[in-house]
Amino acid sequence: MPWYDRVLSIDRRWVYLILGLAVVVPVIVEMHIPVTLSREVQAVYDFVSEVRDGELMLLAIDYDPSTMAELHPMAEAIIRQVFEQNGHLLLSSLSQFGPAMTDELITRIAADYGKVHGEDFVFLGYKPYPAITILAMGSDFRVPFPNDYYGNIVDELPMMAGVHNFGDVRGVVALAGGTAADFWIIYGNAKFGVPVALGVTGVMASDYYPYLQAGQLFGLIPGIKGAAEYEQIADRPGEGVRGIPYQTTSHAVILCLIIVTNIAFFAKRAATRRHSQAISSL
Amino acid sequence: MGETSWVDLFWTTVAALITLAIFSFLYKDNPAFKFVERLWVGITTGYWTMLLYHTSFTDKVVTPIFRQGQWWYIIPSILGILMWFRLSKKYGFLARYSLAFYIGISTGVFIPLTIKASILYQLHGSIRAIEPTWSGLMFVVAFLCMICSLSYFFFSKEHKGLLGVTSRIGIFTLMIGFGTGFGLTVMGRVALLGHRVSFLHDWVQQVVGTVF
Amino acid sequence: MKKQLPMFLVFLCGMIMIVQFVVPHEYSQTLFQHSQDFVIVIGVLALPIGIYSLMKSTVTKARREPKERLYSLITIIGFAVMIIAGLKRDWFTSSTSLSSNLFNYILVPAQATLFSMLAFYIASAAYRAFRARTALAAVLLITAFVVMLRLIPMPEPLSTWNAEFVRWILEVPNMAAKRAILIGVGLGAVTYSIKLLLGIERAYMGGD
Repeated sequence: MPWYDRVLSIDRRWVYLILGLAVVVPVIVEMHIPVTLSREVQAVYDFVSEVRDGELMLLAIDYDPSTMAELHPMAEAIIRQVFEQNGHLLLSSLSQFGPAMTDELITRIAADYGKVHGEDFVFLGYKPYPAITILAMGSDFRVPFPNDYYGNIVDELPMMAGVHNFGDVRGVVALAGGTAADFWIIYGNAKFGVPVALGVTGVMASDYYPYLQAGQLFGLIPGIKGAAEYEQIADRPGEGVRGIPYQTTSHAVILCLIIVTNIAFFAKRAATRRHSQAISSL
Repeated sequence: MGETSWVDLFWTTVAALITLAIFSFLYKDNPAFKFVERLWVGITTGYWTMLLYHTSFTDKVVTPIFRQGQWWYIIPSILGILMWFRLSKKYGFLARYSLAFYIGISTGVFIPLTIKASILYQLHGSIRAIEPTWSGLMFVVAFLCMICSLSYFFFSKEHKGLLGVTSRIGIFTLMIGFGTGFGLTVMGRVALLGHRVSFLHDWVQQVVGTVF
Repeated sequence: MKKQLPMFLVFLCGMIMIVQFVVPHEYSQTLFQHSQDFVIVIGVLALPIGIYSLMKSTVTKARREPKERLYSLITIIGFAVMIIAGLKRDWFTSSTSLSSNLFNYILVPAQATLFSMLAFYIASAAYRAFRARTALAAVLLITAFVVMLRLIPMPEPLSTWNAEFVRWILEVPNMAAKRAILIGVGLGAVTYSIKLLLGIERAYMGGD
């Protein structure tokens, strides 16, 4: 069998093994690789920087465990920043497996800063159908959420006094792993004019540049690189920065695989052409 | 080590074994993977059921009607219950009434907002005064690329002549868009894998730290 | 009546919401608020159908396929345990309860790992199918290559050049392509919605 055929027909499990090693090694051997900063992430950071001393922003945790690797570091960095600045946070979770993750996150971080539910932050919880829920939140947060996640009546929470709809928050940062991102743009921004920034997965990131250019989004945190950038700007290294070394090695491996397979492909095509020319000349 | 740490270690070990069982599928399908997969289906369904029950059914149906006397919530509740008739062959048509209400409201809200957000705002973003700078030139390039990409989706006329040229440029532009998407998708997928590997690494350290 | 009345209802509700969009009167806003509230309640009561269907198919599978019986049983046990663990709201929302542990240590790792395997599949796909067979495929491949190169540390000025080039790709051709798709999808979705309102599209009604 020619070398190119061997290369092209390699068992997929060898590819898995190579990629696995490319991820495992940098996790064990700790490294630090800086990332280049982008305007869209800086814009989100600048917005959150203004949420201080009782100012209120809405953080939408609209993702599931399937995308938490990319979006959880963003959520953690933003919550810590707001709490350090004594800002107030309103949280919602319109993804079906998001609420328990949000609860774990906010409970843990609030304990670090001595923040109290109902006074410094409120976790509204979950309702199905994100589009409808966002529209209802635009009328009044109490329409979809008469009670918060823990069952407290929203009207009885001190932080919610005078807070009714998007007009009472500085803006929304939605961390979304699915269609909720579009819903925040269509139903949050276009309907109610609330400023929206998104934190999205790498898979989704390239789709949101048209919205960014049109001013429908004021910022965008794209994937784990965006999370690492945010942590770098905030000078608070976390899981985002930790994720960059294995991104580097695995990208290097995948790029090498693409080069190798293309060399083999062209070698095979050239050989096939030579072979067919030889046959036709007979 | 206190009792809590051992409890933590137990649960973290459960999570680690689940992670390893799922990864075992990469070699081939096996009973451990199937076990975890089905357990996951059961747990997720159970979790979602209780989430809906506590945060949605209780807060939006039970409390308003039975505790706060807001009787008008009976109307959407009846419409919601009518949806259940979809399971019946004989009375399935009853579900259509509530479905019609739901679809009518959703569609009526969707149409103007989609025109505004996905069409008008996007067109607005494509039109501005052009300054003689690099940024101005790139704005024109982006605009032309968008028009060419749109022309690729115009199937009412054969792609020949000017339309043939623009649609050809359009498909190349679309390929650049898809290529960008693929490059960023790799980043996203690797992040998910790295997250699990980091978890396993932390678990091994926790086991070593707790047991030894 | 079985078809005409639902079709009329769709049209009526849809038109009311469209008119409401352009009327900023207080009554109009109240109508909007109540309509959203009602839709949430309808949706909440409709969702259990999905849960019922899933559990029904699991039980049916267990009955029909003896090999699947054990696995179906595991699904049912998982479902039942999670229901019992979250029966009270305090149990369900507490960060230290059994319900929370089942979520954090079974549901989260299982779901996160299932999706993390996509990394292997995308690497395998890149190896097996990502080839410059045609000019179009070459453009796709080169773009992806350059975008991925952004995460590889390079000496200056290569690193800055690459970062700037990727930024250009994202903000010019990628933005143009995605905007064209967005406008196309938007027009398509609006057209479909109008067909729904006018009763031309009736798939939601099912058979009969």
